[in-house]
This record gives sequence, C-alpha cells and structure tokens, in this order.
Amino acid sequence: MLDAKIPNGPIKSKWEQHRFNCKRVNPANRRKYDILVVGTGLAGASAAASLAEMGYKVKSFCIQDSARRAHSIAAQGGINAAKNYPNDGDSVWNLFYDTVKGGDYRSRESNVYRLSEVSNNIIDQCVAQGVPFAREYGGMLDNRSFGGAQVSRTFYAKGQTGQQLLIGAYQALSRQIGKGNVEMFHRREMLDLVTVDGVARGITTRNLVNGEIESHSGHAVLLCTGGYGNVFYLSTNAMNSNATAAYRCTKKGAYFANPCYTQIHPTCIPVSGEYQSKLTLMSESLRNDGRIWVPKNKGDNRPPLEIPEEERDYYLERIYPSFGNLVPRDVASRQAKFRVDEGRGVGKTGIAVYLDFSDAIARLGKKAVSAKYSNLFEMYEKITGEDPYTVPMKIYPAVHYTMGGLWVDYNLQSTVPGLHVLGEANFSDHGANRLGASALMQGLADGYFVIPYTLGNYIGSSDLPEISTDHEAFKLSRKEVEESLSKLLNIKGEKLVDEYHRDLGAIMWERVGMSRNEEGLKKAITEISALREDFWKNVKISGEGTHLNAELEKAARVADFLELGELMARDALERKESCGGHFREEHQSQDNEAKRDDENFCHVAAWEYTGSKNNPSWSRHTEKLDFESVKLVTRSYK
Amino acid sequence: MSENSKNMTIHLKLWKQDGPKSKGAFVSHTVKDVSPDMSFLELIDVVNSEFIKKDKRPVEFDHDCREGICGTCSMVINGEAHGPQKATTTCQLHMRSFCDGDTITVEPFRAKTFRVVRDLVVDRSSFDRIIQKGGFVSVNTGNAQDANNIPISKPDSDRSFSAAACIGCGACVAACKNASASLFVAAKITHLSLLPQGQLEHRQRALNMVDQMDKEGFGACTNTGACSLACPKEISLDSIALMNREYLKSSVKER
Ligand SMILES: Cc1cc2nc3c(=O)[nH]c(=O)nc-3n(C[C@H](O)[C@H](O)[C@H](O)COP(=O)(O)OP(=O)(O)OC[C@H]3O[C@@H](n4cnc5c(N)ncnc54)[C@H](O)[C@@H]3O)c2cc1C
Ligand code: FES
Repeated sequence: MLDAKIPNGPIKSKWEQHRFNCKRVNPANRRKYDILVVGTGLAGASAAASLAEMGYKVKSFCIQDSARRAHSIAAQGGINAAKNYPNDGDSVWNLFYDTVKGGDYRSRESNVYRLSEVSNNIIDQCVAQGVPFAREYGGMLDNRSFGGAQVSRTFYAKGQTGQQLLIGAYQALSRQIGKGNVEMFHRREMLDLVTVDGVARGITTRNLVNGEIESHSGHAVLLCTGGYGNVFYLSTNAMNSNATAAYRCTKKGAYFANPCYTQIHPTCIPVSGEYQSKLTLMSESLRNDGRIWVPKNKGDNRPPLEIPEEERDYYLERIYPSFGNLVPRDVASRQAKFRVDEGRGVGKTGIAVYLDFSDAIARLGKKAVSAKYSNLFEMYEKITGEDPYTVPMKIYPAVHYTMGGLWVDYNLQSTVPGLHVLGEANFSDHGANRLGASALMQGLADGYFVIPYTLGNYIGSSDLPEISTDHEAFKLSRKEVEESLSKLLNIKGEKLVDEYHRDLGAIMWERVGMSRNEEGLKKAITEISALREDFWKNVKISGEGTHLNAELEKAARVADFLELGELMARDALERKESCGGHFREEHQSQDNEAKRDDENFCHVAAWEYTGSKNNPSWSRHTEKLDFESVKLVTRSYK
Repeated sequence: MSENSKNMTIHLKLWKQDGPKSKGAFVSHTVKDVSPDMSFLELIDVVNSEFIKKDKRPVEFDHDCREGICGTCSMVINGEAHGPQKATTTCQLHMRSFCDGDTITVEPFRAKTFRVVRDLVVDRSSFDRIIQKGGFVSVNTGNAQDANNIPISKPDSDRSFSAAACIGCGACVAACKNASASLFVAAKITHLSLLPQGQLEHRQRALNMVDQMDKEGFGACTNTGACSLACPKEISLDSIALMNREYLKSSVKER
C-alpha cells in the first residue's frame, strides 16, 4: 500500500498546517541548489519562475523553439476559481465538492481541497501579471459557467484562456531568464532520468538541433511534461505532446498511476479523412448555448435544416433534464457514441452529432453569440468550410486529456525521491474524470503555490551531495540513450513511424477508448505487443541522429507509446468497474450509466515497471482512497 | 465539409537546406489526390511520407498545435508569410484555398535575424530575448492583491487583449522588406501598457525592448503595413504608433 503522506487534521486546515510544518531553505542557501524543470507549460513555467524568484538556480527545458509554445497555449475555455464574484453561492468547499464528484470519487480528497483553496490566489496572481481576462462593463472580472458546474466560476479570455495564462507564466519565466536566475534550454528532449542511489539527480537530454546527447545534474527534478493523449494518435493534443519523459521515469522507479483514465472530450471537429493528423477541440463553453441533437430516425440523411423540430432528438436534454447539454464530459461523450452506434450519426461519415446554435442566435441575436464565440466559429469554418451561424456544427468526441500520470504523494513527489511531477503529467487531482477548466487551475496551482513549499521541504530535509555529470550514472544513461537511438536508426525497415502510430491509435480507440470490455482489452494487449515487436524489426526512419530529425524524435516517442498503450489496456482490464471516463461495459446500470464498485476499487492503481529492457511488464500497487469529507454516492446528473 | 469538391493534383516547390551554413535549393514534387479538406501541413506530411518511402530525406518544418495558436508553424507560401488566406496561420490553411493543378512554392520565414536551422525551420530565439528585456510585469508569485481590487475599463481590457493575442510566430518580420520586428514588440508593449498593472514600468519597458530589438539586428519600420496584413492575429498598426510614442517619451526622460 502506497503512503500518500497526507497531513493529519481536518481537511480545511491540512494545507495551512503542512505549510507551517514544511522545512524551509534559508534564502541565502537557495542559490546552491540546482533545480531541473522539464517542460514550460503552465505547470513548468510557473514552477520555474516561482522557484527562481525564491532564489533557487533553475534550468528549464522544452521541446519547442520557445517556452511560450508549450501545449498549454491551446487551452480555450477557461480556468476555475472559487472567488464567488457572481455571488451565486460558490465557495472553496463547493469547488472542492464538485471536483471530487466530477472525478467520480477516484481522486484524493486532500489534494483536491488544496487545489480549491489556492484557486483564488491563481486568479490574483494572473491578473497582477497582466493576463487580460474578460471583464464586464463595470471593470470587474467576468465569469461563465462551464460543463458540469451549476455556478459561474470560470474565468476566461475569449476562447484563448490557455494562451493568455501561459503568456503570463512565460513572461514571469522570461523575467527570471533575463535576470540570469533561469538557464533556458529550447529544442531539448529529456530522454532519461538519472538516479544516484535511487534518488533523482539529473536528466539526459537530446539537443534536437544537432543531436547531441547532454547531461544535466541537479538537486531535484521537476517533471512538467504534460499528458499522454497522443497514445491514441488522433487527439486534441499538440503534435509534440508525448509520454516519453514520464514513461522513461517509470524505468527508473516511478510508478504510473491510473493509466486507463483518459478523457474523451465531447465537442471536437470530426475526422475528415485518412490523412488526418490531429483533432481540433471546439471549446466546451459552446455547450452553454449550443444544443446537441441527432435525427430521431436512423439513417435520416436529410440536411439538418430540413429536419423538422419534432423529428430531432435533443438527447442530452431528454435524458438529463436538470443538466441537459451541460453534463460532464464523460457522460456527453458516451451518449454521442451510443447515438452513432445506433445508426443515428450525421454527416458524410455518420460519425458525428449536431451542435446547433439557431436557438441561441434567435434568442440572443447573432451579435451576442459572436461576441462570445467568434474565434471558435471562425476556427470551425476554417477547418470545415462551413458557417456555424447558418448550419449546425458537426462534432464528435476525441481524446483530450489524461487523468492518469506518474503517481505523486501530497508533496507532488513520485516514488523516486527528488523526482516531483506537476500538471497533467501527474495523476493527482482529477480522479477518473476531469471537469472543464480545472486542468489550467491544477497546472498553475502545482507550479505557483504548491511546489515552492513542498520542494523546500524536500531540499531542507535531504542530504544531497554535489554530483557531477562525470558520475557513472550519467555516463551509463548517456550510453543507453545513444544505443537506443542508434538501434532505432539501424532498423531500416519498411514501415513508417506514422503508420505504426496510426495502427496503435486504431487499436486504442477501438478497444481502450470510450467503452471497454474484457474481451476487447485482452485483444488490445495481444495486438499492441505484436505491433511493438514488429516496430522494432521493421520501422523505417530516414536520416541520422546528428541533425534536426523529426522522424527520429517521433520514432522514440512512438516506441514509448507502444509500451504505455499496453499498460493502459492492462489497467483498464484490472479495474473491473466503471468510473468517470473509464467505462466497462460489464459494469453499467440499466440506463447505461457507469457503475462504480467502491468496495473493491476505491483506490488508485499505481504500476511499477518490473520488466527488462526489451520485455515490459508491470506490477500493480494500490493507494487506498479515504473519503472523510465527501460522502460516496452515485454520481447523477439527471 | 466541402462534400462535393474533387481531389486535386498539386505541384510543390519546397525549400531544402541542410543547415545554416549550407546552400539551399528548391526541390519539386507532385502530389496526387489531394483532398480539399486537408490542411496545408497535412499535405506536407503526405509529401514527407512519400519522400521517406523513396529513401529521400523529408523536409523539416516547425509545427505543434496545428490550431493556429502556438505560433510554431512558419512557412512562406507563394511568397506570402502563412500563405494566401487572411488571418490564417500555415497550419490552419486548407487545401480548398488552392486549385487543381496549382504550383505552390514553400520557403522558410526569411530574415537576417531568423537564421535557417534546416529546411523550413528557422531560429526565432531573438523574440524570446526581446521579451526577457522587459516584456513582463515585475511581480513575484504570492505578491498579488485581490484580482478585483483594480477595476479595468472593458474597452482598455479588450484592446489589451487584442494586442496580447500575438502568437509570436514572426510572420510580421518575414513579411517586412526591412525585416522589422516592430509589430511583435509593439504588440507586447501595447498589451501591458494598457493595463494598470503594466503601467508602472511602461517607460523602461519600451526603452529596453526596443533597444534589444535593435541589438538583434531587426530593421527599421517604414510604415508599409505589410506586417499587419500578414499577421494571423490581425494585430493593428496602431500598436506601433503607441510603441513609438512610449519610446520617444521614455528616451527624452532618460536623457
Ligand atoms: C485543445 C485543448 C483545450 C484545453 N482547454 C482547457 C481549458 O479550457 N481549461 C482547462 O482547464 N484545461 C484545458 N485543457 C487541458 C490543459 O490545457 C492541459 O491539461 C494543461 O495545459 C497541461 O499543462 P502542463 O503544464 O501540465 O503541460 P503542457 O502544457 O502539455 O506542457 C508540456 C511541456 O513539457 C515539455 N516536454 C514534454 N516532453 C518533454 C521532454 N521529453 N523533454 C523536454 N520537454 C518536454 C513540452 O515541450 C512542454 O513545454 C485543454 C487541452 C487541450 C488539448
Ligand atoms: S502549428 Fe501552432 S500555430 Fe500553426
């Protein structure tokens, strides 16, 4: 059983008490500590900036050519906080409660409470940095309600909230780079974690421009490398989003928690063809005004405007009268899949449902609708060539977010001492389903307000001798990384990296996607391991390792996806219940809702890597989840 | 989706250059059966898989979000930064903007300050260095007061937002005959100086950022407006006027 190191005491004072108890590092001593922060998304940029402000010496790494381009930039809809500015009864407790319930009672209460507690500080911090959130005419901040919430607690900047928050964090980071407190490494990819006596002491990176394999030593490593949604090939994640850094840490002793918890977002632009390289999200905020429907009759392929009102099925409003189109993501996605499986899907492929704004336009006027959503509507039109003001949007679920990630304790430390994991890369706060607008909140909470305390505690209570990059552990790591890259380059097979990735994605989507069953999962495990074996015999990568080589970068990432995909299927197979985004067909109620099994599965599953180099295997550990403040009930949105 | 439009044949002339010091050249390639629903980068994906299958090396290009927000993609298409469509990044450009049989030329964002790394990939780190000189509000984590303590008028906040929408792609530089970075720098100065939080440091910010821009070797602005036309986020030229005012006032004060 894993120990999450949750502080004692009532939930409302745990964090305050813990902060008080945390060891601190004397300001004059902080500059003696090198902190390696991998990733410059919301989690990484906010952590690197905050730690540098405190006086630590920080090295920051990212794959992109600028820290500002991390995947967080693409978040659209907004960020939650319990400010209760609209005076609609919100509170820290409410946000906490909604998040625990939204996660279908599979998250850690103490972490979620802390997240809600610091949510308000995040908004203050961002506004002070110059983040131009939407405002009302009186000059105050505007809020909107977001999928699954019955209060307006979401702060936003048009449909570009992630961009504005990330630019805020990037600017704070840039300020510290300018002052010489942070050394920035662009176009670098972490390919290994270096441990000395079981403690994280550095990383091995590849310089993506010239292929050099480099070592960086430090007193702690912060992994802020984002989620692993791209296992599915098609997802809303950026093309460079990957699991490599996190997954390779599992080979150095970090446990991977709840890999099967993936979020399939209900409102994305459907696939248009074989060449499709990624999917585009249409922000969930659209569900505030758009109505989702399919024709009542199977195979009704009349254009949407010709289908009369009484022949339309607004299925979410019908099934969930009190939440309607605003049910949580997992529920909305699954219902869309059911409609398509019934043969009532729409569009050229039949794999889509309508999201219709005609009522909202009639009620509010085109101008008001445009003020809220113009950039989303424009984006939709650019991609599909259709005008959503006049024709309903076509949408379909797509992989969007991964709730699973490296296991961390209350201090955000993994099972490897010194390796801390922040943001989407960890598993901690969203349970089996993440509510809208809460990932941005978590990334910034971890980086601005949690790690500055808990890292101090780690450094202050550990004995960390200086270790140079000439140490054997660094040499060995470099050697292993070099060998595995040259092995990939030397296969010189027939099949392209993308083809393997696409095949993996097809297996994952079909068998480890929105709905899962024992037979399918077992098949997935066999199929993925066969695909992996073939990959290592027959992949074709052009060029060398000594120059910018996107194919080589992709190949190394796909190699890791091919292992992680199997682990996801194994985790899904072992979790013999349905919860949140994990829907096991064997475990559903009569009306197709997820049926949890609290008696046997009210725990986190954390997987330890036990395999050899070429033959992955894992063993399953658990962390029991205790619910002291929120009562376990069946989640209902009816 | 343009359900009826037919697939096309497209002739490409793509820039290949091994490294910053090598000589580059165009290579020609024809792609058949291009769907109008395909994005421009998906077309390049297809080209690259055809290249690899034929044991030719693929063209390297920068891209990430493919949603028009990260500012990573950077191609000059038929002589225009990000191609023919207004307010659209390369990744959001779709093949329905082209016709069957078209020849399309693809080059990197060219500018003295944007060194070619390889093929269509350029080095834009000068933009980061400019931001490091002053493109921020000097507030440490934990120092903030309640977010609603300072009201900000909606028009100011909206104008600030419009400038903050800059994605830092560098199309403005690539489009400018002088390779000036004025629009990029001005967008940041405008974003921050329209907000009370950014006001305190506005003078120093303008001075430091503009000085760094000059140091990096970007050209002077001669008000041709090509930058704003190429800008995928339609950042307005007004911001350059604002920057110039701030810079002038600050330099007078400094002297
Ligand atoms: C389209 C879209 C819209 C979204 N909208 C919302 C929203 O409205 N509200 C909300 O709350 N959430 C939203 N989310 C989710 C949210 O954006 C992400 O969960 C969050 O931004 C993740 O932040 P992060 O800092 O953990 O990681 P990321 O932003 O993914 O950053 C990862 C960083 O790690 C670096 N990296 C990765 N691997 C390596 C490596 N091996 N070596 C070196 N560096 C590496 C990358 O370069 C990058 O800098 C959205 C997600 C998507 C896909
Ligand atoms: S790839 Fe992100 S803007 Fe084009």
